[in-house]
Parts: sequence; C-alpha cells; structure tokens
Amino acid sequence: MSGILGKKIGMTSIFDENGVAVPCTVIQAGPCYITQIRTKAKDGYEAVQLGFDEKKERLVNKPEKGHFAKSNVKPMRLLREFRNFSNVDKLTVGAEVKVDAFTKGDKVSITAKSKGKGFQGVVRRHHFGGVGMTTHGQSDRVRAPGSIGGSSYPSRVFKGMRMAGRMGFENVTVKNLLVLQVIAESNLLLVKGSIPGAKNTYVVVTK
Amino acid sequence: MDAIQLVEAAQLKKGLPEFKPGDTINVHVKVVEGDKERIQQFQGIVIGMRGSGMGTTFRVRKISDGVGVERIFPLHSPKIAKIEKVIAGTARRAKLYYIRNLAAKQIRQKTSA
Repeated sequence: MSGILGKKIGMTSIFDENGVAVPCTVIQAGPCYITQIRTKAKDGYEAVQLGFDEKKERLVNKPEKGHFAKSNVKPMRLLREFRNFSNVDKLTVGAEVKVDAFTKGDKVSITAKSKGKGFQGVVRRHHFGGVGMTTHGQSDRVRAPGSIGGSSYPSRVFKGMRMAGRMGFENVTVKNLLVLQVIAESNLLLVKGSIPGAKNTYVVVTK
Repeated sequence: MDAIQLVEAAQLKKGLPEFKPGDTINVHVKVVEGDKERIQQFQGIVIGMRGSGMGTTFRVRKISDGVGVERIFPLHSPKIAKIEKVIAGTARRAKLYYIRNLAAKQIRQKTSA
C-alpha cells in the first residue's frame, strides 16, 4: 500500500483516447515528508507518518517544533499516519513522498471531510420519501418524518431513530477511483469523478 | 497558471477559427465505422455557445430534409477535425433559440447582412 496527502483543487474534464469527455478532479498531492516512523518495538504498531502543507514558523507551538526538529522537516499543517505502508524498511525519516508513487490506471481510495450542509430535514438527510400528497388534511407536512414512536407500542422512540439534524462535514471515503493522469513535476493527481469536500479540503489518497 | 489551467492546457486546441452565434459554420466530425474512420460534415447556424475552458460547447442547427437538427459539440473535442466559417452572421443575441420557430426566409434575414 502507498498513500499521500493532498488538497482538492477543483474539477474539470479531459478527453480520453476515444474522444469521450471524462469528468475528473484535480488534486494537489504532495510533496509530503515522512515525519515519523512508528515501529512495533517502540510504539506497538507499525505506521508511517506523513506531513503535508508547510506552515509558518510563528504558527508552530513548542511541542510541534520538537516533533518536526526530530525529523528535520519544515513544520507542516497536516499530519497523518498510514498503516501497512509498503517497503517500510527502505523508508527514512525526513524523506520525500511524491505523487509518482501512483500511476495512470491505479484504483485509489480518497478520504476527505465532506461539505457541511447545516441542519437538514429527514428527506434530505436520510432520503425519506416525505408524505407525497397535500390533500386529506395534510397540507402542512409534505416533508415530515411521520410517526417516530407510536402511542401504545413501542410507546417510546427507539435509539438511533433517523431524524433531522446536522448534515455533512464528516469524513467520507470514496473507493475505487481511477487515476487518469499523474503530473509529477507539478505534483498533480487527476482522478475520475468527484471526491468529497470543498475546494482546498485536505484529502488522504491511498492505493 | 493555476493547476486546473495547467491540466487543461495540454488538450485545449489552438488556432480555432473565431466564430459566434449567428455564423454559419461547417464542422468536420470524425466518425468511426467498424475499424474505419471518416470525416462527416455538419453545416449549420451556431445558435449558442456556453462554458469556459475544456467545458466550452457550441450548438449548431441545420434543416435536414425539412427536419430541424441540432448538435452540441465540445469545442476542444478531439473528434472535431476542423471547423470552417462559411458565412459571418449579424445576430444581436447570444442565444438564438428563437430561430427554431422562424421560417427559413426569416432566419436568413435575422442572421445575415
């Protein structure tokens, strides 16, 4: 497995070899630096920690400063650990991880924070059907959730009942996205289709 | 140059003829039949353009055997071999959807000098 951290740039479309327009998302992927390597002996598990997106010196607090000094990497905004990284033995702390770890035709998974939708009703949030008609005295409850508990049985509301509430701004993973293009010199990754989140959202790409 | 422009730059066509809604153009489209490829021409009036960058499309209308036919082409599509401007139009609107309801004579009056 290999992975990289990045930022969503936006969407466009490119033409494939048959002249078909393919929608794609452009991701600024890397350059990332290895800030720490977790080992079984020391940490109880194996993982590689990557850092992405340099940040200004004045934004770095003391614990962070020490952490980045150990790996001799400039302070980064985003740190993420990856388990099951391939070739762990060959990796060294401070080394660069680039987008060329991916090639055209790879299938990748992308995790990112989705766009926040605010307080939404059950029709939008849980795909309830709504009432569907406005006659027979129900002119005012077209998008209502309906009964949630019943009066004699169960006479209570079950735990986990799907209701209205805050929607979005949660981690969403999209799997099996096709890599359309890798532009190594400008650290860009093009994947087919859409990915979660707004522009400039941090994304985690794994293969 | 931002990243999206960089990605698109490789595929954007250069040297396209300038044309606008109202012009009559001839679009040379590559058509694959079996394992052979040939060029098919589609000549008509441009009745609208939309989008920007890779997403630019234009809409061409012609009357074929008395039936109105409209096609929407992506401007930068590799399937378009060539675009020729046949007649320069004089339309004053960006979208000429109203010509669908006009007679051929009225269309000529509206779109040519």
